[in-house]
Amino acid sequence: MNQTPNSDHPDIVLCPGGPMLLRGDHVIEDEDGNEHQTTRPVTAVCRCGKSQIKPWCDGTHKFLRKRSAD
Amino acid sequence: MLSPASRGPLSHAVLHALRSGETSGLLDAPEPETTEDAQLALWIMYEQHHGGFDDISDDLEWDPHVLGVRRRLEQDFEQTLRARAPQAPEPGDFAETFFDFVAEHDGPSLAAHVHRSATKTQVREFLRHKSIYHLKESDHTTWVVPRLSGPVKAAVMELQYDEYGAGNPHRLHATMFADGLDASGLESAYGAYINEAPVEVLEQNNAMSMFGLNRRLRAASLGFLAAFETTSSVPSRRIAQGLERLGFPAEMIEYYTEHVEADAVHEQLAVRTICGVLIEEEPALYDDVYFGAWTSMDLEDRYANRMLEAWAA
Ligand code: FES
Ligand SMILES: [Fe+2]
Ligand SMILES: [Fe+2]
Repeated sequence: MNQTPNSDHPDIVLCPGGPMLLRGDHVIEDEDGNEHQTTRPVTAVCRCGKSQIKPWCDGTHKFLRKRSAD
Repeated sequence: MLSPASRGPLSHAVLHALRSGETSGLLDAPEPETTEDAQLALWIMYEQHHGGFDDISDDLEWDPHVLGVRRRLEQDFEQTLRARAPQAPEPGDFAETFFDFVAEHDGPSLAAHVHRSATKTQVREFLRHKSIYHLKESDHTTWVVPRLSGPVKAAVMELQYDEYGAGNPHRLHATMFADGLDASGLESAYGAYINEAPVEVLEQNNAMSMFGLNRRLRAASLGFLAAFETTSSVPSRRIAQGLERLGFPAEMIEYYTEHVEADAVHEQLAVRTICGVLIEEEPALYDDVYFGAWTSMDLEDRYANRMLEAWAA
C-alpha cells in the first residue's frame, strides 16, 4: 500500500458505470462468503452484478450501459 | 524463422535483396502488383525489427535501401488507413466518449461464429491466422514506451506487465497462445503459418508495427491498443465457449478465458490511465487516438468479413 496519498495513482479506482479497479494483492470475500485472491497487478471487481466470472468484471456492464442509454 | 514465399514482384525483389544482401537493386524496386504484394513486403521489413529471419542477415535491419522501400510503402499504407477512418467524435468526457464510440461500432462477429457454428477445421484456420500476432502479442506497444511522458509511460507498463505475465513466463500471453497451439497439434514456432496469412492479417500486423515504430504515430498506437482491449473480453468469452463446444484442449481455452478477465482490466487502463491522460497532456493527439482506434476495429472487421465469406457462414 502507498504510504502517502497519491491522487494520480490511487489503490482503488471506481470506474463510472463499470468495475472497481484494485491495485495490488487483495483477498475478496464474495456474497456467498467465498474468498478470492487477486492474481494480477490490477484487478477489475464487478460492480454491476452481471459478470459471469464474479467477483471479477468481464465487460458485461457495457451492455447494461447501452440499454439504459436507449 | 525462415523468410516467407513472395506474393508478387515487389515482395520478390525485397526478399531477393535481403536474402542475398545485395540491396542496392532496391533503388529501382518494382511497383507492388497487388495490395497483398505490398503488405507482404512491408511485413517482411517490419519483421526484421521483431524476431528477424534465419536466412537474412541481421546487419540489414537498418539498411538504407531497404528503409527507402519501407518508407514508401508506409506512406501509402498510412494514407489508405487514414482515408478509411471517420472523423473523431466531438470531445467530451474522454472515457465515456471512447466507450460509446466503440460500442456504436457495428461489425461482423467472427467470435459469434466460432461460438455457435464454426467447424473444427475453420477454428484451426482461425488460430493459425491469429498466431501471426498472438505469438508476438503486445510487443508493438512496448516500442511506444520510450516516446511517452512519465505518467503515460508508467500506465502503459502497468498494462504491459500483465500482458507479459507479471514476471511469470508461463503467464506471458504470447506463451499461453503457443501452449494452446502445441496442445491443439498446431505449430507454435513464430511465423510458421505466414504463407497462409491473408492480406487482412498482414494489414493488421503492419498497422501495429507501423504505429509502434514511428514516434509520430504514438497516439494512434495507444488508440489502437485501447480499442483492441475494449473489444476483447466479450468476444474472448464467446471464442472460449466455441473452443469448448468443439473439444479443443484446456490450454487453448485458457488463453481466451484469461483474456476475458485480463482485458476487462486492460480496457479500463488503456482508456482511462493511458489514452485519457495522453490527450490531457497533448490535446493535439486527440484525432490520432481515434484514428488508431478505428483502424483496430476496421481491420478486424475486414478479416472477419473475409473469413465469414470464405466459410460461407
Ligand atoms: S462491472 Fe464489469 S461486468 Fe460487472
Ligand atoms: Fe493479451
Ligand atoms: Fe490485454
